[in-house]
Amino acid sequence: MGNPYLNAMFVVAGLACLLTILLMIAERFLCNYGSCEIEINDKKKFSVTGGQSLLDSLYENEIFIPSACGGQGTCGYCKVRILEGAGAVLPTELPYLTDDEIATSTRLACQVKVKQNMKLRIREDFLNVQQYAGTVASARMISADTREIIIRLSAPAEMEFCAGQYVQIEVPNSNERISRAYSICNPPSRKNEIELLVKKIPEGLGSTYMHDLKVGASVSLTGAYGEFQLDPEAEIICIAGGCGMAPARSIVRQIAAENPQRKCWLFYGARSENDALYYKEFCELEKQTPGLTVVYSLNDVSGNPDRQGEAGFVHLAVDKHLRPTENAQVFLCGPPLMIEATQKVLLEKQIPQSKIFYDEF
Amino acid sequence: MEISFAKLAMIFLSAAITQNILLSRFFGMCSFIAVSKSMKTATGLGFAVLFVTVSTAILNYLIYQHLLAPLELISLRPLIFIMVIAGFVQLVEMIIERFSPTLHINLGIYLPLITVNCAILGVNETMINDESLKNIVEVITFAFASGAGWFFAICIMAAIRKRLENSNIPKPLRGLGITMMITGLMALAFMGFAGTVEVGV
Repeated sequence: MGNPYLNAMFVVAGLACLLTILLMIAERFLCNYGSCEIEINDKKKFSVTGGQSLLDSLYENEIFIPSACGGQGTCGYCKVRILEGAGAVLPTELPYLTDDEIATSTRLACQVKVKQNMKLRIREDFLNVQQYAGTVASARMISADTREIIIRLSAPAEMEFCAGQYVQIEVPNSNERISRAYSICNPPSRKNEIELLVKKIPEGLGSTYMHDLKVGASVSLTGAYGEFQLDPEAEIICIAGGCGMAPARSIVRQIAAENPQRKCWLFYGARSENDALYYKEFCELEKQTPGLTVVYSLNDVSGNPDRQGEAGFVHLAVDKHLRPTENAQVFLCGPPLMIEATQKVLLEKQIPQSKIFYDEF
Repeated sequence: MEISFAKLAMIFLSAAITQNILLSRFFGMCSFIAVSKSMKTATGLGFAVLFVTVSTAILNYLIYQHLLAPLELISLRPLIFIMVIAGFVQLVEMIIERFSPTLHINLGIYLPLITVNCAILGVNETMINDESLKNIVEVITFAFASGAGWFFAICIMAAIRKRLENSNIPKPLRGLGITMMITGLMALAFMGFAGTVEVGV
């Protein structure tokens, strides 16, 4: 009956079309949840189209919940309390929620779909997060793989932030919203500029985009996120490795500018001299600032055997220089192994765990 | 259409036990090993496999009998079957998500897994190849029994693994190693029934 090749083509194409049409009709009727109302902290109210994730719905209404993974359920940052309308906790959320959080109906906004009216509790500082437009004012490589990018904000022209906070850069992508978190590298006194350090990660979406940005290109970002607050009384100890330099630099420069007498430490671990970010800048700053001590510790000193200063991992340098103290606040950021090793040293120095803040880079 | 209950019972016993699709042909092995860690997930996936196996077997049998066979396109079978399975799983997922959110949460992550579960394609292929299955009632019985056999096997495995948690297993065998060995032993036990029920009566 007819040409077998034509028959085969018709049958396959026909069945594929039939299935597609069936699925499209099903989606039209089954996945249509109409318009749903979202109420935040008993104050703000708006309606959204049902069926999409809560994170996207909030984003459309200019409420920017932090999310480093771009809504894929792998970072666990987008926690909100959903008092009504969320349904049961999903298996994809469980790894990121503690028992206490489940008891207080905390959920991951990226995993929960809006299917009915919802009542939410969102931290007030998240409600202050805004979207900013800016242009790249300058960009330069400061080591073999790290690029320093300065973004001048245009609308709004200024951002209020604290040292140690971070912003999320939106990575243009046709299909979905992708954003990546980067710590702010400049002190909060400069409000109209945001400096970021971006390490090149092969095939990384965010870092590739950031490394390809040209001077003058426009950038969209949201911020500022992060709970970290400087203790006004305590001795400040910043310990950083790699791109963990960004928040440490912001904190140290703020303290140096506001109160040069205040006791403050910067420990920085790098592989070699070429990777020692801002080495000259901090040597200068140390001379001008009586309270500041800067220690750069390099793993590999073979390039310059006459170099003065520390060699080896950064936690060894911390162990050597730091006196035991209880009145200190530590900001620790770098690779996970560095954080683990340094934390042990800090606890031996009698610094309470509650005073140690860390962020894995 | 001639229906003999004795034959249906034979088909059921042979497909569920002696010719158990998982233990005699190792179909659906990867999800069997990955999901048998707890009884709850095992029953969830087992139920989903059973449901999709029966439904797609009916659909694919009708497509085969009324479209592929008359047009002499039987070589397209695997392609068409996998398309129907994938489409059907999508549809089922949407329906469950809409009407039973609790069931969707329990099955949710296993449903998409089923699309690529070879046990289902295996059942679909076997029901066409096995010439002893003569009509749609026999095919449904066969598909149901195969799905139930898979369900049965994964539940047994989950129960055994639960007990293994407290036993002292030599270190190199922990996890996957001991699971594979137990699967082998289970297959032997199921094979023990061979001969009691002849296939293709």
